[in-house]
Amino acid sequence: MKILTCPLNGPRNISEFVWGGEVKIHPPLDCTDEEWAAYAALENNTAGVVREWWYHVPTAYWIIAERDTVKDVILRTYPARELFKDRVDYDAPAAPAAGDTPRETP
Amino acid sequence: MVFALLKYGLSKHYPAKHQFPRPRELKKSYDVVIIGGGGHGLATAFYLARDWGITNVAVLDKGYLAGGNTARNTAIIRSNYLTPEGVRFYDESVRLYQDLSNDFDLNILYSERGHLTLAHTDSAIRTMRWRAEVNKHFGINSELVLVDDVKRLCPQLDCSDTVRYPVLGALYHAPGSIARHDAVAWGYGAGAAMRGVEIHQRTEVIGIEREGVNGTGGKVTGVVTNRGTIKCGKVIQAVAGATTRVADMIGLKLPIRTIPLQACVSQPLKPFLDKIIVSGSLHVYISQSSRGELVMGGSTDPYALYGTRSTLDFKEGLMMHMLELFPYLAEVKLLRQWAGMTDMTPDFAPIMGETHVQNYYIDAGWGTWGFKATPVCGKRNAEMLATGQVPDLIKPFTYRRFPEFRQLGEKGAASVGH
Repeated sequence: MKILTCPLNGPRNISEFVWGGEVKIHPPLDCTDEEWAAYAALENNTAGVVREWWYHVPTAYWIIAERDTVKDVILRTYPARELFKDRVDYDAPAAPAAGDTPRETP
Repeated sequence: MVFALLKYGLSKHYPAKHQFPRPRELKKSYDVVIIGGGGHGLATAFYLARDWGITNVAVLDKGYLAGGNTARNTAIIRSNYLTPEGVRFYDESVRLYQDLSNDFDLNILYSERGHLTLAHTDSAIRTMRWRAEVNKHFGINSELVLVDDVKRLCPQLDCSDTVRYPVLGALYHAPGSIARHDAVAWGYGAGAAMRGVEIHQRTEVIGIEREGVNGTGGKVTGVVTNRGTIKCGKVIQAVAGATTRVADMIGLKLPIRTIPLQACVSQPLKPFLDKIIVSGSLHVYISQSSRGELVMGGSTDPYALYGTRSTLDFKEGLMMHMLELFPYLAEVKLLRQWAGMTDMTPDFAPIMGETHVQNYYIDAGWGTWGFKATPVCGKRNAEMLATGQVPDLIKPFTYRRFPEFRQLGEKGAASVGH
């Protein structure tokens, strides 16, 4: 049985968590389709130490863990707020890209 | 028989033929280099030599022949997928499998069993009906059956409603089969070697040489290995589990996560289970091999890992559900357990065809559906390498489908939750 230490709940069985994949850098809101697809689909799939999202299901709490994907050991866990200090303002108007026309409602 | 045994037992000359020539030095140059000596790589070499007469080919493997996922799958062959692209593709594979023993002159123990994908919920019944209709459209023998027919087809199964997830029906695929996976790789390897293909084990690729890399992918010119550098015309990588590591050498980033898939077999039992039973909702699949062992698997591991360790969690989860379907197996013991590293893609379909590097091709993303695709991959990869044209059958599997938002959504894949 593998133990993952949750910063909120202490050491818990890893089966209480859902793996959320590697932490990726969010592209700017006015990125191209290609950049967005790369963000959504492509993976570094690192063989070695990775930084990734984990979700503690019973308490609905997202954390970040550093894990070695070759040795299968968890090195460190911490709350997501250590990495993400600022809120992203999705309502702020993005700079319109060249050639972008306003979309008509159907 | 007795005299023959005595004669050959005492003689220094064993009558068995050597199917693979002894290893020799790498040549300076090959027309085609195949990275990965598993089923897909060997099949590609076989069809290149047999159908296209291209025999100046080297198959390189870091480890030993067919020691990766070719040795670790659960040997199920079927074509009742969901997407038209998938159904067409796997249908050709099943047809090729049916003739393989003759093609090889080697018995691959191909055994047509009938394949039942159980449905335990209304939504699963709907998906099965959808799959059955798509399958029938492409001429595949596949139909939705309800619980009474499931009982008739497989009386060994507990179809009562006293379990947590009673069986409501199933997708029945009569051509569903199993085969001896090692024999498939062996047949392809021996057939390729017999026609002049060189197979080099313990030869690790550590770099790819290219020319004309000016902001583009350039063109492949050679392969650097731990036994020296070789020049080559074309390269294809077929290295499930290590896909990312090899693709990194040409700077190709893929939508692949390396996730272990575990499996196990029970002690051998007398033949009692002819059908192949799969339940996506319960994460169970089971078949009885020709040796009498029950071959069992469940779902992929819950997180990515470059390793092949087995876990107790997997077996507990699998057996809990297995005993709902076959309660009388409770006293049976497990004999072996293992895991393989699978290339999981977000849409459960493979990644095949050209890359951004000229003359460098890829055969990857084989998640939990690679063994059943071995013959069609070999045949179509060979066609692609020989003609330089991507065959229609594998065009939809290009890695460009992700940036172009043309994912396939293959919900007919096994061992993955839907």
